[in-house]
Amino acid sequence: MSAAATDLDSMLGRRWKRPPLIRRAWLRWTLTLGGLVYLVLAIASVEVNWSRVYEGLDRGAAFIMSFARPDFVSRAGDIWEGLLESLVMTVAASVVGILISIPIGLGAARNIAPLPVYLICRSIVALSRALQEIIVAILLVAIFGFGPLAGFLTLSFATIGFLSKLLAEDIEAMDKTQGEAIRATGARWTQWINYGVQPQVMPRLIGLSMYRLDINFRESAILGLVGAGGIGATLNTAFDRYEFDTAAAILLVIIGIVMLLEYLSGLIRARVR
Amino acid sequence: MPVREISGAKVWRRRSTGEALLRWFGWLVGVAVFLWCWQRISAATTWFFVWDAPRIAGDILDRATPPRWSYIDALWWPIWDTLNIATLGTMIALVFAVPVAFLAARNTSPSVWIIRPVALLIIVASRSINSLIWALLLIAIIGPGVFAGIIAIAIRSIGFCAKLLYEAIEEIDETQVEAISATGASRWQVMVYAIAPQIMPAFAGISVFRWDINIRESTVLGLVGAGGIGLQLSSSLNTLAWPQVSLILLVILAAVVLGEWVSAKVRGAII
Repeated sequence: MSAAATDLDSMLGRRWKRPPLIRRAWLRWTLTLGGLVYLVLAIASVEVNWSRVYEGLDRGAAFIMSFARPDFVSRAGDIWEGLLESLVMTVAASVVGILISIPIGLGAARNIAPLPVYLICRSIVALSRALQEIIVAILLVAIFGFGPLAGFLTLSFATIGFLSKLLAEDIEAMDKTQGEAIRATGARWTQWINYGVQPQVMPRLIGLSMYRLDINFRESAILGLVGAGGIGATLNTAFDRYEFDTAAAILLVIIGIVMLLEYLSGLIRARVR
Repeated sequence: MPVREISGAKVWRRRSTGEALLRWFGWLVGVAVFLWCWQRISAATTWFFVWDAPRIAGDILDRATPPRWSYIDALWWPIWDTLNIATLGTMIALVFAVPVAFLAARNTSPSVWIIRPVALLIIVASRSINSLIWALLLIAIIGPGVFAGIIAIAIRSIGFCAKLLYEAIEEIDETQVEAISATGASRWQVMVYAIAPQIMPAFAGISVFRWDINIRESTVLGLVGAGGIGLQLSSSLNTLAWPQVSLILLVILAAVVLGEWVSAKVRGAII
């Protein structure tokens, strides 16, 4: 309170200025200067072949125009096959990922799990989060061969890291008194989890699962690039052959499905809340 | 309250018979869908390769260790490129995301019926398509290289940043806006003095968060030819140079962990 008062006194009679975002002057100036130097170096090191870019503008315009007349028909079979495979991978991987991430999420919550279990589960989560999907997919394709199985395993693995971490954080933030009340009735450990913990985290778990389903579909669209099944392979071929109208059709379908999934997950999340 | 009569006494139940049946039916459909999906995956899989997988995995691990440490000298420049793709991409994205967010937020959009849906469509389109696909597209248009990577990251990030930012704008305290408007401030002055200070922490947090994600994404952009360390990864994979692959993966892992650490520190300092 006194600090604010002296601040006010010293500011009396002077013109008001907006307070800066970073209060310490030296830090502000170092960050600004450092940022500028970095920016100059970075932009200088990026080689842009402007004539190539200029040539490409026609193709860019052609691509954007092709959104106006997407070609769903001439490659309908391929698009349908790829899409179905993507959806199948998404659903299967989400189910398996969610089932595995529940025990790992329980183990990664410090207020439930003993220290050794906590450390093991946390390291699984960290590993899964640090490796991005596409790299995992490359390795799994090398090990399991081409096809949707590699994609399915990749998405399940990525789901575990995402969902367990958020679930564990939610469990750690739960209300302890409800758990204690259940404990006081003489409940077993499983009963304690079922009646004391699960009702508190269920709405968020359902919401997160729906969100992850949405992410998994988006990710499944790129796994085909490295041979892990799904619509990505079709899309890649379309780009390689400059069949922009087919590519536009695929992208529109992806956007449509993502919008639909987002809408559905919004509905479900609103209901469980 | 649903009850069941057992020899004359009423016993409490959680759900009525109809509700319980409906739930069971829902579960049945869910399990059936999952099994059907699994069957399709299984049909498209060569199971011989899967049974053989442990041997192959061991073989790859054997070839990949120890990493070829001397190869790191060839990696400094790609690492710098990767950092630039992430940082410049994030910056370009923010420049576009701010106006889009203001157009998409219900309380600042000039027209809720015409402009807001357009802004929301931009956000959805940018968010639904992975940066690798944007990179693929941009390479077809402007040729391979770091520049395509930067633009791909930027396009992908616009939707993400704009979505989080417009949600922050919609949650601002309206009384401050009223107070500034009451002084006779213009629309722009209201934005600068009433809205901007309220969303500044969210804005800084979002940018650092997205930068962190972009570091991850830019490490793999090279797989499709958009510059960065992924280019080296892709060529090492194509020549089956597993010791180089393992070194690159270690570098990527370090970059990701470092990026996350920086982002967590900065966000901790802001919030």
